Amino acid sequence: MAPVIRPSTGVGFCTPGAQAEIAERPNAASGEHSDTRRITLTVNGEQHDLHVAPNAVLLDVLREQLGLFGTKKGCDHGQCGACTVHVNGRSVNSCLMLACLQEGAEIVTIEGLAESAGFEQGHHPVQAAFLEHDAYQCGYCTAGQMMTAAAVISDDSIDGDETSLREALSGNICRCGAYKNILDAVQSARGKMRGGQ
Amino acid sequence: MRAFELESVEAIDQAVSHRRVHDGEAFIAGGTTLLDLVKLDVMQPEKVVDVSRLPLKRIETLEDGRLKVGALVSNTELAKHEIVMRDYPVLSEALLSGASTGLRNMASTGGNVMQRTRCPYFRDPAMPCNKREPGTGCSAIEGINRNHAVLGTSEHCIATHPSDMCVGMVAAGATLVLEGPDGQREVAFEDYHLLPGDSPEREHDLKPGELITHVILDAPRSGGQHYLKLRDRASYEFALASCAAIVNLDGDNISEVRLALGGVATKPWRADAAEAVLKGQPATQENFEQAAEAAFNDAVAYSHNGFKITLGKQAIVRALRDATAAARG
Ligand SMILES: Cc1cc2nc3c(=O)[nH]c(=O)nc-3n(C[C@H](O)[C@H](O)[C@H](O)COP(=O)(O)OP(=O)(O)OC[C@H]3O[C@@H](n4cnc5c(N)ncnc54)[C@H](O)[C@@H]3O)c2cc1C
Ligand code: SF4
Ligand code: FES
Ligand code: FES
Repeated sequence: MAPVIRPSTGVGFCTPGAQAEIAERPNAASGEHSDTRRITLTVNGEQHDLHVAPNAVLLDVLREQLGLFGTKKGCDHGQCGACTVHVNGRSVNSCLMLACLQEGAEIVTIEGLAESAGFEQGHHPVQAAFLEHDAYQCGYCTAGQMMTAAAVISDDSIDGDETSLREALSGNICRCGAYKNILDAVQSARGKMRGGQ
Repeated sequence: MRAFELESVEAIDQAVSHRRVHDGEAFIAGGTTLLDLVKLDVMQPEKVVDVSRLPLKRIETLEDGRLKVGALVSNTELAKHEIVMRDYPVLSEALLSGASTGLRNMASTGGNVMQRTRCPYFRDPAMPCNKREPGTGCSAIEGINRNHAVLGTSEHCIATHPSDMCVGMVAAGATLVLEGPDGQREVAFEDYHLLPGDSPEREHDLKPGELITHVILDAPRSGGQHYLKLRDRASYEFALASCAAIVNLDGDNISEVRLALGGVATKPWRADAAEAVLKGQPATQENFEQAAEAAFNDAVAYSHNGFKITLGKQAIVRALRDATAAARG
């Protein structure tokens, strides 16, 4: 049985109690704005009623209001891919997305990736392949890499040859330079998920 | 990130009438330019108007053969639309060479037209910049200007226009449809972006309160097409020099040619001088090189970006070679 990848608690520190406290602070994700909007976000299949600041980006709401620390903040400017999540089945950079605009969308984070695709939590073929191929060093970019990889693998318009995959994955930077193993993992997961296609 | 008010609109007239009332308002579509720049404090909207739910997400063929693209069609959808891949490959290739898979899923057609320069001084509010704060001076002219433009510059600003999509559209030929408080108007795509001149803060011909609703691509030009993008790394990087080429052959001679350049100019650049050299001439390496020379006749190099003139010429020659090969089939 493949080992389970647990949602990371992130580089930050947050006891469950502290999380609850943050969640009650309506404007935690921006800290600057007093007017909040009430929105319903569907994250990993669960609906959440939230008070969110107009300028809060999805990344901060996921981490600070919902306590989903698997999604990482690398650059906060669309330049690294660490914050990649799925919105309506497509990979996106959650650091450049307003949370308020996602009302009604289906959002999937690394914590819900496996279950969203019908696997047991932590057992998405991409997760298993990353473990098998040692496709990380520090692990900071890993959640984003896996979210992009899963979307790329299920995208019929992206071919499985090395050039196409490298191009499709290029929005996810790995400071540790684990690219070779990442590519191996993605190719292996793709093979398992799509067979010869 | 600074605070702003957020208003969502469901209808085009709502979006347009909004901005008539207030200055200091900005639309948001994908958010990949706007939020980046608000976080840097380069753009400081008091109010953001969410246009992402407007019914501008369709791609349709018009009776006259042109292709009408809604402003909210994403860069991914546009690049991978079957008609675009078949009839406007130069545009599809340009789009797919830009940004990353995730960003292209978010980026809209209208937002891409409106994206701002990546000049590092523009992106840093601590530095003088005529585009961000008119009259403060240009930090790039005497500064680190390796990524800056060599065509269309002025003594007030030398910032490169960063878009790949726009270069593909200039080559393919297009018209922008704008909707404003005073009704609808159309602008030729090539005339939309402005040269910096003495007012680099004015970047385009969009009047206060106007919204881009569509881009209409000219009826497809037959012939071979190619977009070549040269940059510091092979992917997820802006162009140092790029060239969109569409070539039609009559035997061995070039009957029609459209050339546009990116990465080297202050706006998406139509290389008409190069086109004039090629028209009616044999499609040879020598003529390609002469066309490339003509394209950079008026180029002005600054301390760190002289290499772009050489690189730009090579981009033209290579793009022409590939487009010609495609035209031969
Ligand atoms: C890391 C990174 C790398 C990138 N690399 C590339 C690249 O290689 N090549 C490339 O071409 N681009 C690149 N981009 C830029 C990207 O393509 C643009 O940010 C994107 O196209 C903007 O679209 P958007 O919908 O997200 O715009 P938004 O951020 O929503 O809007 C941008 C601007 O346009 C205005 N606006 C939006 N829609 C309309 C409309 N319909 N009418 C009038 N005004 C409107 C907004 O008010 C705002 O001022 C990159 C961006 C990032 C962050
Ligand atoms: S090149 Fe233009 S954008 Fe850059 S610093 Fe000079 S004025 Fe500002
Ligand atoms: S944190 Fe979003 S791309 Fe880097
Ligand atoms: S594993 Fe360290 S950044 Fe990728």
